[in-house]
Amino acid sequence: MKADPVKAGAGVKTYVRPMGFWWLRNPFYRWYMLRELSCAFITAYALILLRGLMSLTEGREAFDAWRGSLGSPWAVGFHVIALLMVTYHAWTWFKVMPKTLPFVSIAGRRLSDRTIIALGLAAACAASILVFLAVFLNAPQAPP
Amino acid sequence: MKRSNKPIFWSLFGAGGMLSALVGPVLVFVTGIAVPLGLLLPRETMSYERMLAFVQGGFGKLGALAVISLFLFHGLHRMYHVLHDVGIHVGAGLKALFHGFAIAGTLACIYLLAVVGR
Repeated sequence: MKADPVKAGAGVKTYVRPMGFWWLRNPFYRWYMLRELSCAFITAYALILLRGLMSLTEGREAFDAWRGSLGSPWAVGFHVIALLMVTYHAWTWFKVMPKTLPFVSIAGRRLSDRTIIALGLAAACAASILVFLAVFLNAPQAPP
Repeated sequence: MKRSNKPIFWSLFGAGGMLSALVGPVLVFVTGIAVPLGLLLPRETMSYERMLAFVQGGFGKLGALAVISLFLFHGLHRMYHVLHDVGIHVGAGLKALFHGFAIAGTLACIYLLAVVGR
């Protein structure tokens, strides 16, 4: 077995090329980084919902406090940015789907990249409309 | 050779990515903007009684668990890779911490859904 060169030279300082702000170098990298940052908003959103669920188990007072906190300008501002970020994530998610999906063939013909992207976006639009309608049609009557 | 756990966590990342791509924007809009502001939807859409009833039903439980758990797995997995991208090289230890956080969130969610309304 050959000696591990890294371990053999333990204690030797090796040069690590500084990365700097490489993602600012070109627009492609900037958009990539923006997409990657959407993960912070998706995580935070999940934690906000988890906190809401927790307050629901604690009783009406705790839940109404959580609900009230959602109305603060900070919370609304966060959700507006989160909406933009998650929407951008969704767009990129379907844009790379031809590469992340195994080849799909229908009647012996491979589905084109454009078709896959279009189907993904259409599915997202349909799902969003369905969810919104389900909430909207079940919403309580606004007090007069 | 030790089997990698990558397929498991990548699948959960992928499932969360797909779910958030399909319904993420509409959920953020409804729970974070429309209802708190009373925009298009009345504020009472998310009243204590209605939300309690929602998470006491099977569909509500499943939906809440899927959204919270998969969003966490998606977000935290990607967050680990962002650290790598900005030059913070972390070993298996911190990676386990990110995945562990998502697992802890999932377990907390399951527990809360089991006891809610009891």
